Amino acid sequence: MRLQYPSNINIIKLPCTGKIDLIHLLRSFEKGADGVYVVGCLEGACQFTSGNIRARKRVEQAQEILEKIGIGGERVRMFNLSSSEAPHFVQVAVEMTEKIRDMGPNPIKTAMQKAA
Amino acid sequence: MSAKTPSRLEKILDSGHLAVTSECGPPRGSDPEAITKKAEMIKDHVDAINITDNQTSVTRLSSLAACIHLKLMGIEPTLQMVVRDRNRIALQSDILGAASFDINNVLCLSGDHQMFGDSPQGQNVFDLDSMQLIQTVRLMRDEGKFLGGDDIKRPPKMFVGAAANPFADPFEIRVPRLAKKIAAGVEFIQTQCIYNLDKFELWMKQVRDRGLHEKVYILAGVTPFKSAGMAKYMKNRVPGMDVPDEVVKRMAGVPKEKQPQEGIDICIETIQRLKECEGVRGFHVMAIEWEEKVPEIVEQSGLYPRPEDL
Amino acid sequence: MIVADKKPIEEIIEMVKGYRKILILGCNECVTVCEAGGKKEVAVLASALRMYFMNEGTKIEMDEITLERQCDHEYLEEIRNSMDQYDAVVSLACGVGVQFMAEKYFGSPIYPGVNTCFMGVTEERGVWSERCQGCGQCILDRTAGICPISRCAKRLLNGPCGGSTKGKCEISKDLDCAWQIIIDRLKELDRLDDYEEIAPIKDWSTERAGGPRKVVREDVRQ
Repeated sequence: MRLQYPSNINIIKLPCTGKIDLIHLLRSFEKGADGVYVVGCLEGACQFTSGNIRARKRVEQAQEILEKIGIGGERVRMFNLSSSEAPHFVQVAVEMTEKIRDMGPNPIKTAMQKAA
Repeated sequence: MSAKTPSRLEKILDSGHLAVTSECGPPRGSDPEAITKKAEMIKDHVDAINITDNQTSVTRLSSLAACIHLKLMGIEPTLQMVVRDRNRIALQSDILGAASFDINNVLCLSGDHQMFGDSPQGQNVFDLDSMQLIQTVRLMRDEGKFLGGDDIKRPPKMFVGAAANPFADPFEIRVPRLAKKIAAGVEFIQTQCIYNLDKFELWMKQVRDRGLHEKVYILAGVTPFKSAGMAKYMKNRVPGMDVPDEVVKRMAGVPKEKQPQEGIDICIETIQRLKECEGVRGFHVMAIEWEEKVPEIVEQSGLYPRPEDL
Repeated sequence: MIVADKKPIEEIIEMVKGYRKILILGCNECVTVCEAGGKKEVAVLASALRMYFMNEGTKIEMDEITLERQCDHEYLEEIRNSMDQYDAVVSLACGVGVQFMAEKYFGSPIYPGVNTCFMGVTEERGVWSERCQGCGQCILDRTAGICPISRCAKRLLNGPCGGSTKGKCEISKDLDCAWQIIIDRLKELDRLDDYEEIAPIKDWSTERAGGPRKVVREDVRQ
């Protein structure tokens, strides 16, 4: 559909969001990502039955950890949509980008710069 | 069954009279008057007074100390002992302590779990269970021996009781459980308070079918409701309690000021009906924090005066 | 297996905050099965701690190793040559492993990363429950295979108590009454008459009460 979405987003494709492990989410932040979001199929429509459910739980775990260590739980989020919902995909991208802009950069980056 | 101890309660039961017992809860402090006053109120209307042992796991003045106060007043106490808080050393020791004051009745209980009370973070003991405590008291009395095997100087002369709950689950073992306690050596039973008379009479029938009513003295437990609220609370919030809907309805169907009297009336009717129940050898009237009503209940049930000259 | 649960990260942060180089040491057995201290959990903890300290502006290095077990000499020896470089170790093994590490590496601070809970089963992924308390004198032959010591809140050997309600324990609707299960099994096995046998007073000297325990097998000792 050639819709535009914010250019600050790095897309990593997977066969199923169930492939994502908690450590992948955390490592992204460790390496300086300001925000991470997971886009999975609508619940009940997962090709592999419950991959997206597992992903949701892992995202929730990541949120809890990030909140506890002072990075901010809201930097990671999960969205569910079907692959035919292109406008929704754009909306999510915009929403997430704005959210992260509001929250500011990953505090680790600032802290690492200070320490250097 | 002939009396084996100096217990007044045992003598009354042995002579064929219906026995009446009641209970008092010790205070959450060290003022003995909190117990002695309650005991004064009811002493002429009962044959023995149970003193609860840190009931519902709420720390109170000890049952043994309160029993001693009663004994010094000339009142017959029943020492309730739970196995939750004391190991076998302490249990045997307290039995000897009670016996040294010639306290002759003991009720062997498990005890409510400590999470219900004021010390949910505390340890519990359960070195023995209530069944094994019954065996222990009988061993100490009849063979004059400690559990460890040594001889006891001046063995305790305790009349041994336990509780039975015809309303707890699973129903199918409630009679076998009574049989088990009898095999362990129990001599009298006080039941959980009865509101479901049909279920109780069914239990009693099964008890009689096995001849157990002739091997143990069963005292039916009764408690007067103070209010419809109390009836509902006991129905819904107290484990092992069976309060039929009709009873709650009856309490709720009466204006608030009249509810206490209704509760007492239900209690008296229960006693009157159970007097006719073969195997019921007495009544255990539990009116916690309402001890002043015990005399009325006993009198209106035709159980006053209590037998003298045994 | 031994079931453990992750310690809150705040507790672990408190333990390690003074150090420069730490080893997060996992275990490939029980704590892996209950998803508390295996390789995955080691990686997650290390990442989270790194980020926390980076955010604080503190430099801490975290290494990640997972041993097969931490309760046998051979496995703990595998890290003998690298231990010197670490200021401290956070062991995600059960309490057994943490202690064995502390005994073997007597001069190194070793910290527990999990709370060790009980010996139990996996009811389903994410739910583990207690089955055995290691009393040292198994009575399961007499209780139809259900243990009243570990599953009855009052460890009654002649239960149930008067608080058993609809098959649940008086302390929680989520807890089965062990004696209800025992009775159900006795019925199923046509052994309900066994219920009336009085279980004797237990010898607790083989349990914790008798002091820390040891099993010595002269027949296999070298």
